[in-house]
Amino acid sequence: MVSNRTEKAGGFGNILRTLLTNRFSSITIAVLLALIITWLVVLVMDAPPLRVFSIMVNGSVGSLDAATQTLQAWVPLVLATCGLMFTFTAGLWNIGMEGQIEMGAICAYGVIHYMTGTPTPGYVAITLASLAGMAGGAIWAYMVGLLKNYGGVNEIFGGLGFNFIADAFLLYLVYGPWKPEGVAQGSTKMIDAQYWLPQLPGSYLSLWSLGLAIVGILVVTFVLKGTYFGLKLKAVGKNPKASFMMGIPTSRYMLLSFVLCGLFGGLAGSFQVTGFLHVLRNSISGGYGYLALMVGMLANYQPLIGVPISLIFTALNKGATGLVIDLQLDTNFSGVIQGLLVLCVLLMDGVRRRLTKTFRGVQHG
Amino acid sequence: MDSNLLASFGSVFAWAGPVVFAVMGETLTEKAGVINLSLNGSIILSAMVGFAAATTTGSFFWGFVGGAAASALVAFIIAFMSIGLKQSQVAVGYVLTLATKSLAYFLGAPFIGKPVMQLPLVSIPFLDNLPYVGPVLFNKTLLTYLSYLLIIVCYIYMFKTSKGLILQGIGEQPAASFVRGANVNRLRYLYTILGGALVGVGGALYSLSVKTWNGQLTGIDGIGWIALAITIFGGWHPIRGAIGAYFFVFLQWLGIALQPLLPNVNSRIFQVAPFPLMILALLFVNIGNADWVDRTLAGLPEDARKIISRLIRGMRTRGPAALGTPFENE
Repeated sequence: MVSNRTEKAGGFGNILRTLLTNRFSSITIAVLLALIITWLVVLVMDAPPLRVFSIMVNGSVGSLDAATQTLQAWVPLVLATCGLMFTFTAGLWNIGMEGQIEMGAICAYGVIHYMTGTPTPGYVAITLASLAGMAGGAIWAYMVGLLKNYGGVNEIFGGLGFNFIADAFLLYLVYGPWKPEGVAQGSTKMIDAQYWLPQLPGSYLSLWSLGLAIVGILVVTFVLKGTYFGLKLKAVGKNPKASFMMGIPTSRYMLLSFVLCGLFGGLAGSFQVTGFLHVLRNSISGGYGYLALMVGMLANYQPLIGVPISLIFTALNKGATGLVIDLQLDTNFSGVIQGLLVLCVLLMDGVRRRLTKTFRGVQHG
Repeated sequence: MDSNLLASFGSVFAWAGPVVFAVMGETLTEKAGVINLSLNGSIILSAMVGFAAATTTGSFFWGFVGGAAASALVAFIIAFMSIGLKQSQVAVGYVLTLATKSLAYFLGAPFIGKPVMQLPLVSIPFLDNLPYVGPVLFNKTLLTYLSYLLIIVCYIYMFKTSKGLILQGIGEQPAASFVRGANVNRLRYLYTILGGALVGVGGALYSLSVKTWNGQLTGIDGIGWIALAITIFGGWHPIRGAIGAYFFVFLQWLGIALQPLLPNVNSRIFQVAPFPLMILALLFVNIGNADWVDRTLAGLPEDARKIISRLIRGMRTRGPAALGTPFENE
């Protein structure tokens, strides 16, 4: 009897262990755990969970209109995520992405601001604005890299510093030189319609920005997975000292990864101006930079996995906006779910690693 | 100095209270070798919880207990994930930064507009009558006095007691401390949670004294990052950290005081300017660690080299050697 019981317990324990140590089931458990905690949070707010769920689904993918809006908002997030893949691969935590997007938007708006009234055709101005945005983002990222390489300032703090500077610069422009006539509203004048990215009729979605985002995903995947450069960057990220000994100029690679990252962030920022808001205003980066870091982590730093995850994150953001109107809940609900998802995945990943490690130990013993 | 300006300057010490609590908490945690990167979220969450607890119970005491508990819980998650499960402290801390901030705004929305509770001022007899110093330092809330005291207590604890020596040991040489009988990981849990609780008191101090709870308009977003930067700027030393905290708040105060003199510049610029300034101050304390500086200095004439290198060395700070690295006692 006794031996039978221990066998049974062992059987159950084995199933649990298999579930926790299998990569796929471990992630499933993590998602379920995050959903359960989210459900508890909704209950704390005295809101009906099913209603919250249906509002979020309807608001993000429930109609063609909602789905195109989600897709539109996905473009900057996926671009930022793509860019971060370079810095993540190089072992860097580019928290300055938010400021890089902001600088992209500032430079793009600047180009259009000074071209308004000149006979430049719209498509030329938009192209120049996008390039200026990319340059702005890249310069901003390069500064963070310089601070790290030559100033010894960790990229987290350097990045934050430049985010704050971008904030201040944007405020200065919006309330100063680029202030529209009349009372300052925290936003510039809207750009002329000829400088808008061509949009699908009746929506904000532009096939141009969507197409470029997809090209961006392919480029990043190819560079990181299919080139010698990507391989060396990975080596720098895994072990900078050993890479240096192997003859890789590590600091130049790190700086280059910042610049590449900034190009993507800047492009995302320029689309915020030419493809979506058509103005320059406070917090134009929309938190996409900070969010993209979480997407990158959840995607285990793989660009292709980042694609569906960034889409889910955008859908959550879009869906949460409906909660304000119907249930008077705060839109930060999406941030709660996103945070819990990443946290639970990290938790279950830790549990899985710990269990597999002890297993190996037992086997060797 | 006219009395209005003096009274206004005195507010620097009240406003700095929460920053001091946060910096002391983070210094304790990082001294033990753990980075609690979640400060920017923890502070907002504990400001919300502190306000909610205080207005629900009607007692300041429970407000501060609630705030401290909220941040301590976040700190515990970081300790558990990094010490127990060997996950990256930076990754976990970053996620918690965003998650707790969202959670605070989401759960705290119903408390916006609730009757405000403000800690009463307590003058210290005799001391508050001192010219200049009295109104600036000694006509404050109880928690502001506690923030003064905390700096001194932290300093004495870290550098003048045997427990403080062990604390420094587990952050510098955990293996050696372990051999000397210190339970490294247990102590790291303890200091992370304790540091988190102090951060939480700081957060509650925002919503119960310095400001009030007003959701995203509370105006404390970013302070947590500054507290983390000040911890580095202060070289993981309580007194230097406190100086950094007062300096940052002084810059904020200066922004407000300078506004009438420069009416052409928008007031929001003054509000954001101290943030990048504080971050870039890190350049001064870190630049001595870069090797190109040594190489450049070597080429300078003897006198100039001596002066500059002494200057750089004086400012330079170096973190606990084992900061952010896990310890396994095997």
